[in-house]
Amino acid sequence: MNIASKSTFALSRRHLLGIEALTAEEIIGLLDLAEEFVELNRQIEKKRTSLRGRTQINLFFENSTRTQSSFELAGKRLGADVMNMSVSSSSMNKGETLIDTAITLNAMHPDIIVVRHQHSGAVELLSRKVDCSVINAGDGAHEHPTQALLDALTIRRNKGRLDRLTVAICGDVLHSRVARSNIILLNRMGARVRVVGPSTLLPPAVDRLGVEVFHDMRAGLADADIVMMLRLQRERMNGSFIPSTQEYFAYFGLDSKKLAFAKPGALVMHPGPMNRGVEISSDVADGAQSLIREQVEMGVAVRMAVLEALSRNLPNA
Amino acid sequence: MSLSDRHPILLTNARIVDPSCDLDIPGDLLMADGIVRDVRRGIGAAGVPEGTEVIDCKGKVVAPGLIDMRAFIGEPGAEYRETFASASQAAAAGGVTTIVCQPDTVPAIDEPEQVDFVLRRARDTGIVHVNPMAALTKGLKGQEMTEFGLLKAAGALAFTDGAKSVINAQVFRRALIYARDFDALIVHHTEDPDLTGLGVMNEGELSARLGLMGVPTAAEAIVLERDMRLVALTGGRYHAASLTCRDSLDVLQRAKAAGLKVTASASINHLTLNEIDVGSYRTFCKVKPPLRAEADRVALVEAVASGLIDVIMSDHNPQDVETKRLTFAEAAPGAIGIETMLVAGLRLVHAGAIPLATLLKAMSTRPAELLGLPGGSLRPGSVADVVVIDLDMPWVLDPADLKSKCKNTPFDEAKMTGRVVRTIVAGRTVYEFV
Repeated sequence: MNIASKSTFALSRRHLLGIEALTAEEIIGLLDLAEEFVELNRQIEKKRTSLRGRTQINLFFENSTRTQSSFELAGKRLGADVMNMSVSSSSMNKGETLIDTAITLNAMHPDIIVVRHQHSGAVELLSRKVDCSVINAGDGAHEHPTQALLDALTIRRNKGRLDRLTVAICGDVLHSRVARSNIILLNRMGARVRVVGPSTLLPPAVDRLGVEVFHDMRAGLADADIVMMLRLQRERMNGSFIPSTQEYFAYFGLDSKKLAFAKPGALVMHPGPMNRGVEISSDVADGAQSLIREQVEMGVAVRMAVLEALSRNLPNA
Repeated sequence: MSLSDRHPILLTNARIVDPSCDLDIPGDLLMADGIVRDVRRGIGAAGVPEGTEVIDCKGKVVAPGLIDMRAFIGEPGAEYRETFASASQAAAAGGVTTIVCQPDTVPAIDEPEQVDFVLRRARDTGIVHVNPMAALTKGLKGQEMTEFGLLKAAGALAFTDGAKSVINAQVFRRALIYARDFDALIVHHTEDPDLTGLGVMNEGELSARLGLMGVPTAAEAIVLERDMRLVALTGGRYHAASLTCRDSLDVLQRAKAAGLKVTASASINHLTLNEIDVGSYRTFCKVKPPLRAEADRVALVEAVASGLIDVIMSDHNPQDVETKRLTFAEAAPGAIGIETMLVAGLRLVHAGAIPLATLLKAMSTRPAELLGLPGGSLRPGSVADVVVIDLDMPWVLDPADLKSKCKNTPFDEAKMTGRVVRTIVAGRTVYEFV
């Protein structure tokens, strides 16, 4: 219960708003710290006391089961008092409530607020209105830093490194904050990053983000060490980006045939929740090359590491 | 304004810059009864009427008062954002002596009574000239044209649907034809609503990084290209309300070369800011059309220098805290600018990108010519709308000092060089910097 972490890594910043702001050293520091929590989480006694007395609020403007529960568990295992707030986007005048909610919550003296919001930049906006630490749990199509960190941890544990690996990120990159954070992180750590998808689902000027661009799974997956599938964000599509999910699956859905284009033993990832039969087939999702369940496990450890590393820099710590 | 407090004014030791007659000389300017009486070197205090106020300009620039061809004022319907009173105070502090207000109010200015309302209301509460453009289509709905004849007779300067594009090409074609009979100017915002879609900033690398939906420059150029075809078909008089990119300039260049009666404006925002100013989701830099890439900004400045772009306007659009303190996607577009248009433009002059006379011409003489307004010139006999500018005064912009009801300026905390020190409307000083 009172075992201190071996790693003394602390984030020398108040917020975690995106991977963009992190250095390679900070990323390594967080991953190393997370490794300790992986071990801790596999024990029966999972409790630490490093956040004892701290209040963590999970403020979710967008529905999320796994990210919210992952943050909740992470906070509780570190001893924080965790409160979940889900703000239904339909029942409010969104932006106004964002700042008003921030000011209201701030008055309750939380130490950490974890925020998810459907609009890019919303978490940064909120962070300017509060005195505590803010963690971005996903803002619009901008960033989802803890997802990229947990993906990196999963890859590093399986491949032993991040540099010189070829990672193919496939699917709806346009609407994906997961893709953006992963592109930044993997580039920063020296991996070769590819994006593969239909042109309508890739952002304009995507080649300027330091990736190789493919519109064909065979070419895009060739020699890939990691195949990272993205959820097809159907609910975010306001236009007709693809003609049908059938055609999408035929050309961009990951099945065992397309996976065979990648390096033998290439590993498959997905941030979840999956649309089986749309972007990934069940046999691949549940197959031997899939890391999808491990990603969920790493999620809790990485979020504990982020909470711990930020808390070490909190006032009166 | 009463005539009783309007005495003759003599501006001495000035640098007189009058773009209407390519004049740039050291000299004096005498005005009386609201009219410019004399402009030359050495009028001196001797030969002026009794009671003349003599102002030593100490080498500062004296130029025609500015005419802001595109400003949104909240009256009627959004007085909490701006009124003629507040807008004209801001205008006076910015050297603007004529505001051309837009018809996208509530209700829209689409009937002669509303034109009359604007003129009377502005006369009673404002301190600069205010003239409205009227709606191009009823209720700005893009379907039925308004009464161009009656509206023009009531005082509407031109016809526009404000920040909306008329998508129905048949409606737009007929409007161009019908307007021809009244020699009415059609002013059109060129932005395809479908291509714009949910876009909130310029489409490109930056929008990809920020995770914001982009607006391609083609959304603008496509509508402009269509309009040029319709102008060629109809022979109407057309003014592009706000061009922002190189693609559009190419289209405009070809149309002008073909002899079409086409002119265009660019906003001061698009001439002095670019997409990078959006930075970390700064909603004060969310404007419509969006701020473009630096290459587009540079092309736009060059187009002003060459005269391809005729007019620089403020695109003044007051937005309050409730519509700007939101996430970038949710925030309303628009920036105030009537008070900072000239000083922001001076950045381009100081950088050597545009000569002073060219800047002033695009902000006074050209809009006067296009709209048939009396200002924009210092020739004897012209209306005495005059601005005195200190080109070199350094200062830092504090939004709290701005006269607008709303403070949504993208030049928050910006370092400025040059300042309006006096604004004279119809021979009467309405603003003096102390």
